[in-house]
Amino acid sequence: MPTKVLMPALSPTMTEGTLAKWCVKEGDEVSSGDVLAEIETDKATMEFEAVDEGVIAKILIPEGTEGVAVNEPIAILAEEGEDPAEAAKSAGGESGGKKADEPEPQPEKAAQPSADEAAPAAAKQSAGPSEGPKPSPSGGPPAPSTPAGEGTAAPAAPKTGSGERVFASPLARRIAAAEGMDLTQVKGSGPHGRIVKADVEKTAAEGGAKAAAPTSQPTAATAQASAPSAAAPSPAPASAQDPIFQMLPPFEEVPNSGMRKTIAKRLTESARDTPHFNIQADVEIDQLMAMRKQLNEREGADYKISVNDFIIKATALALKRVPDCNVAYTEKATLKFSRVDMAMAVAIDGGLITPIIKDCASKGLATISRESKELAAKAREGKLKPEEYQGGTFSISNLGMFGVKSFSSIINPPQGGILSVGAGEQRPVVKNGALEIATVMTLSLAVDHRCIDGATGAQFMKELKALIEDPIALML
Amino acid sequence: MAESTYDVVIVGAGPGGYVTAIRAAQLGFKTAVVEANHLGGICLNWGCIPTKALLRTSEVYRTIQHAEEYGLKVEKASFDIEKVVKRSRAVAGQLTKGVGHLMKKNKIDVIDGWGKLAGGKEGARKVAVEKDGKPVADLTAKHVVLATGARARQLPGLEVDGKLVWSYREAMVPDMMPKSMIVVGSGAIGIEFASFYRTMGAEVTVVEVMDRILPVEDAEISKMAQKSFEKQGMKILTKATVKSLKKGSNEVTAVIEKDGKTQEITADRLVSAVGIVGNVEGIGLEEAGVTVEKTHVTVDEYSRTGVPGVYAIGDLTGPPWLAHKAEHEGVVCIEKIAGVDGVHPLDVSRIPGCTYCHPQVASIGLTEAQAKDQGHKVKVGRFSFIGNGKAIALGEPEGLVKTVFDEKTGELLGAHMIGAEVTELIQGYSIAKTLETTEEELMHTVFPHPTLSEMMHEAVLDAYGRVIHM
Repeated sequence: MPTKVLMPALSPTMTEGTLAKWCVKEGDEVSSGDVLAEIETDKATMEFEAVDEGVIAKILIPEGTEGVAVNEPIAILAEEGEDPAEAAKSAGGESGGKKADEPEPQPEKAAQPSADEAAPAAAKQSAGPSEGPKPSPSGGPPAPSTPAGEGTAAPAAPKTGSGERVFASPLARRIAAAEGMDLTQVKGSGPHGRIVKADVEKTAAEGGAKAAAPTSQPTAATAQASAPSAAAPSPAPASAQDPIFQMLPPFEEVPNSGMRKTIAKRLTESARDTPHFNIQADVEIDQLMAMRKQLNEREGADYKISVNDFIIKATALALKRVPDCNVAYTEKATLKFSRVDMAMAVAIDGGLITPIIKDCASKGLATISRESKELAAKAREGKLKPEEYQGGTFSISNLGMFGVKSFSSIINPPQGGILSVGAGEQRPVVKNGALEIATVMTLSLAVDHRCIDGATGAQFMKELKALIEDPIALML
Repeated sequence: MAESTYDVVIVGAGPGGYVTAIRAAQLGFKTAVVEANHLGGICLNWGCIPTKALLRTSEVYRTIQHAEEYGLKVEKASFDIEKVVKRSRAVAGQLTKGVGHLMKKNKIDVIDGWGKLAGGKEGARKVAVEKDGKPVADLTAKHVVLATGARARQLPGLEVDGKLVWSYREAMVPDMMPKSMIVVGSGAIGIEFASFYRTMGAEVTVVEVMDRILPVEDAEISKMAQKSFEKQGMKILTKATVKSLKKGSNEVTAVIEKDGKTQEITADRLVSAVGIVGNVEGIGLEEAGVTVEKTHVTVDEYSRTGVPGVYAIGDLTGPPWLAHKAEHEGVVCIEKIAGVDGVHPLDVSRIPGCTYCHPQVASIGLTEAQAKDQGHKVKVGRFSFIGNGKAIALGEPEGLVKTVFDEKTGELLGAHMIGAEVTELIQGYSIAKTLETTEEELMHTVFPHPTLSEMMHEAVLDAYGRVIHM
């Protein structure tokens, strides 16, 4: 029997991805472990390997297609001895609706894994939003109704605009569906905020939370607004067709990659929803520089510790000393993390990513240095695994290498804070009434005021300054 | 005399009281529990647990009597009532000790004596403890939880004398095996004793004032239970009342009125199981200003009495009078006091009830009739034990699982069961109700084969015309 190859979920949170590239073409024999395709998730490009062996009978989703929902069939695999043509036909019926629109797959394309390559094709397809094979998450077959025809099947768990699952009991979902109620607008009173029957009944009694439009035939406008995983952040950004751009010089349209969309979405949310405030402090790093030199010049040193590695270590220890800064705010509780997992912002082609050094406070400088180098290298190659860039309790962004004095960053939610590191430079300082020269660096902390207050943030900065200026303490 | 200050003082160490105490301790409250008799209360010492021990004896005895059906040969089975009672007491004793360890483990002070509200003010309520008429402790607590439970109701003319007229208490520790017995009242307590004594060989007559036995159960289940008991040789008189008693030296004659006619039935013993009354006396309720209605304390959904800092839980408050209701109510009460996030009042429609007679009866939620009375259009599913492989293999082909769904929403409104082991099965539907599943999730749930639980699946399927094995 021919097997459908389904769009894989490469991380627990992945709901859709871009089929960046096919590494096989129709008619190719594949065996278990062969790389079939490269899939671009919101942050990384990953190889997708075959599980079964057989012959690629048909490629259903051409490379470059964006927004392919997880578990969407992407190809048909014929078993050994099966006629691939027959297999393709037999499976074709199910995806027939899409067939006509499908552009020819481009199997002969050179082995260039970058999503940028595939992007122009995708851009063409997405010019008209309703054309092309872009599958919508709600485009699957309707849920089967009970044979007797009574009752309505409980709809699948709805999602918020930001793609988070809405937790609601099956009964609450069914009543909401019958009432035409939008569950994302209902406040749950059950365990962990789960929406239960009582909440839905209460909302119904108050006459609120009607869904924007009935699910059957949404108009274009409301579909946009109520699409469960609308890619656009709520204040819709201008489109390239907007007249305003007609008055500007000619431009090249670079389609937004998955990463670009994620950056846009998450940072817009953060800037909009997180009350940021900044605390700055100057730290002298002459002692740190001296210590770094000493360490790196030790005989047999197989490491080269950077100033940034020191900052990472010092920040982790300062967070240990002021655990109230190693937190995340949630609706019901502030989460105090038992461990510092440090996210470090790494600029890469087309955006940035934040690989994570786990349990940073308990690692030595050499380990931190090695891990940060490895992670940064992997990040630049687009080879980070989801578990290497998802999570993190606090972030550091260092733009010192560009010579900037100081800057402030936008918090990477759900984290409670981010430290911005400027360049270390010689500055005049006044000590005991006399002017001296010291190597000084300006650190700027941005924190989420919902869970970290001014004095707490200042306390953290005080500890951080002390650790950096007396770096021997980092060894303790 | 000891004087101590606590965050929480609980009066009564029955299942409601001691569980509340443990939860309070877990939440960081300095906690004491005051108990006049035994840790574990009626449930452990004179109720749920020792009766289960007795009923296990009768179950094994019944199985032995049917040994031949299983291909076994047993010569003349008999029993020693003294040893039967001894086992039941040992079971209770073991568990009471266990509660003592739990108190110690959770650093809960156990104060031996009779606790009573004794003034104080909001934030500093006083509980006075007396033992043998002498004051032994004066406790001050921010919160006082009353959990003094209930006792058997006494009907005029039917007063328990401990000799010929028994309450559950005497019936649990019989000094002789009565040859005949009248059981007045066919709630869970009455029916369990009727079942035990009938199986052990007594001629049992059950007298029930309502038109059916186990009146809180679904009518269909009551009817099946009655049929089964009558098949076992029990006599059942419904819509009947005991007018008076004539006591002999070692027998009692009940004058019973049924359908306007009177009849007399004589038996060795009479068990009165006509309900319970709350233990509201002597605990300072009136002075404190706590409202008592029909022998039970009036409370809100979080067990607050209206007097700040004074709470009441369990049998002392309203129905259903069940140990697990008391436990859960106590936990909700103390979590509300502690300000735990997401505390919900106990939903009575999600409390299962179990009767351990033979065949067992268990249920949760609305009966079919109640559902209809409340205006639900219902879908009803039924599955009989005769269609279940495991039931046949067990030699327990009698029984029924019944489900009641709301037609519009698919909500499981109620489930009702009779037959072997149903008391162990009902929790499946409790979870379903608590999680607010609809018929769809229940249909998608995989039940292991071969088990009795498969009938729970089939009863759901049947409600939607999809039953497989019928």
